Amino acid sequence: MPDGALPVLDVRDLKTVFKTRAGEVHAVNDVSFALKPGELLGVVGESGSGKSVTMMSLLGLLPSPPADVRGGTVTFGGNDLLKVDAETLRAVRGGKIGFVFQDPMTSLNPVFNVGMQIMEPLRKHMGLNKRDAAKRAQELLELVGIPDAERRLTDYPHQFSGGMRQRVMIAIALACDPQVLIADEPTTALDVTIQAQILELMKELRSKLGMAVIWITHDLGVIAGIADRVMVMYGGQVVEHAPVKELFRNPQHPYTRALLKTIPTIHGERAARLTIIEGQPPIMMNAPSACPFRDRCDVAFDRCARENPPRYDLGDGHDAACFFDARTGGPRDA
Amino acid sequence: MLTYTFRRVLISIPTLLFIAFVIFMLLELAPGDPMASMPLTIPPEVRQEMRLALGLGEPWYVRFPLWLRQFFVVEPQYWIDNAFGTNFADGAQRIISFQSRSPVFDTIAQRMPQTLWVVGMSYVVGVLIALPIGIISAYRQYSVFDQAGTFVSMIGFSVPPFFSGVLLIVIFSVQLKWLPSIYDTTHVVDDWNSFIFQLKQMIMPVMVLALQTTAQVSRYMRASMLDNLGQDYVRTARAKGMSESVVVMKHVVRNSMIPVVTVIALGIPSIFGGAIITEQIFKVNGLGQLLIIALQGSDIPMVMTITFLLAVLIVMMNLIADILYGILDPRIRYD
Repeated sequence: MPDGALPVLDVRDLKTVFKTRAGEVHAVNDVSFALKPGELLGVVGESGSGKSVTMMSLLGLLPSPPADVRGGTVTFGGNDLLKVDAETLRAVRGGKIGFVFQDPMTSLNPVFNVGMQIMEPLRKHMGLNKRDAAKRAQELLELVGIPDAERRLTDYPHQFSGGMRQRVMIAIALACDPQVLIADEPTTALDVTIQAQILELMKELRSKLGMAVIWITHDLGVIAGIADRVMVMYGGQVVEHAPVKELFRNPQHPYTRALLKTIPTIHGERAARLTIIEGQPPIMMNAPSACPFRDRCDVAFDRCARENPPRYDLGDGHDAACFFDARTGGPRDA
Repeated sequence: MLTYTFRRVLISIPTLLFIAFVIFMLLELAPGDPMASMPLTIPPEVRQEMRLALGLGEPWYVRFPLWLRQFFVVEPQYWIDNAFGTNFADGAQRIISFQSRSPVFDTIAQRMPQTLWVVGMSYVVGVLIALPIGIISAYRQYSVFDQAGTFVSMIGFSVPPFFSGVLLIVIFSVQLKWLPSIYDTTHVVDDWNSFIFQLKQMIMPVMVLALQTTAQVSRYMRASMLDNLGQDYVRTARAKGMSESVVVMKHVVRNSMIPVVTVIALGIPSIFGGAIITEQIFKVNGLGQLLIIALQGSDIPMVMTITFLLAVLIVMMNLIADILYGILDPRIRYD
């Protein structure tokens, strides 16, 4: 990656709250990250860690109420996406930022053929007429590796398999040559062989089209294979953030280390049981005033219950939000 | 789709024959005497002869096939003769009303336009009001509009037309004197003023019937919209940058209409049933009123024919609902 290039997407102190009957749930707490052109940022975390909510907050895709994007800035193309008017935001959605969702079985509209669904953003954002849009839609289907593309344009989603539908979703997201593609667990709902195909396709498309990608997943194996940088999320916060090799070689946050231990390996003795991280991720009913991971952490000490650790810069683009310094094996200086 | 339709039409023939038989036997078993409304001065022997003259002396297995023949053969023949000046019927006996001694179908043809105007118009109005209410109620769930819509629906469900009709008459005819309380069927629309009068006399019966339709259909539409608004494909449409109006009116409504179309089609026959009471209240001399009078006078051929026509309507609407279902939902293929 060209270091020092201006980020295409710059998120600062993003805060999203869900209003529920029981009170406010702080789903995203002061999340900051920057995405450089052409880079692939992996976002990892278990269910409920705020990965998807963060990305949907960027484009205002969360239903409001209950969701309320309460603070921060999202700089994209010189605008703050949290402040622009609805029309500008819609021009970004599907035009400059593409979105691929988790479940291809339900993410396509069952009553319209896929051609129409691909052509919709083309006609809206690129102003193509029907014939040109149809031609481009066909090219897109070919690009994502759907055979017999011309004929399949008039097919309905139910006539496609899961993997093929996800390819259609990717074609829709890529339709208008976006600068950023956000993929929200795009392979989670697919079986392993199809997952591998979609991963290959994404790698290929990225080198061909050169857009920046945010890849949300809970699968560290997937991240190791494709990401440039990784952001680990927990309790609605970024707990660790590093280039991919650095993260796997030198994890600093206890949560990251625990996550890496949960990956089963094919080398050596077969483990009697898979490693698990005990306990549940927290439901953030209050704005965090302590480390969200402290209850499940094996190195937590009294300061972790008093303060929420900031993200300590560890050099080489690596930072971690933990009071415990894994390098020295003791608490960090205040 | 075509073979499916054809197959369904074929299947509906035995269904309808069976329905006809059930209606016939129900009327046969029901108490009541066509002679009951004749003057008491007629001596019993004469009464008996009149009964025989009406064919009531014959057992059901003679009369039922005769009715079938009259309904399916003789009546269409008369209709063709009238239209093309042919002579297929050749003076065969048509279905005759016990009460009026005139052919049942002539009476029905006279009454049909009034009912179609009032009932048909009320259904169209009811559905046209219901769909937007359902859409907005769902889109703005729990808003003031939604609460008001729920309130109106509850009224529509729970207040019977014989109450709401009379209430409207008291308010708008008796107190305010804005609208006529009686529907004048002899009224002819030939200029602007008579058109206005026609509108005025139609408003109340149409509204009373439309309220019921609106109550039902808007609830179904709301539920169906709510179902679909939470679907993933809606989020996809928004993520594609589609405007809210495209997301709701195109993506969501198209999906939500699938079950609602069935409800609308199947509701058409039942609205005729509701019309029976409304027509009584507003003195519309349509089919509903005709059926009531025929029932009261034990006019078996008239009751039999009208009821059977309603059964045909129900079977037809079922078929139409299924076909529309297949057209709206590409996942359903009948062939």
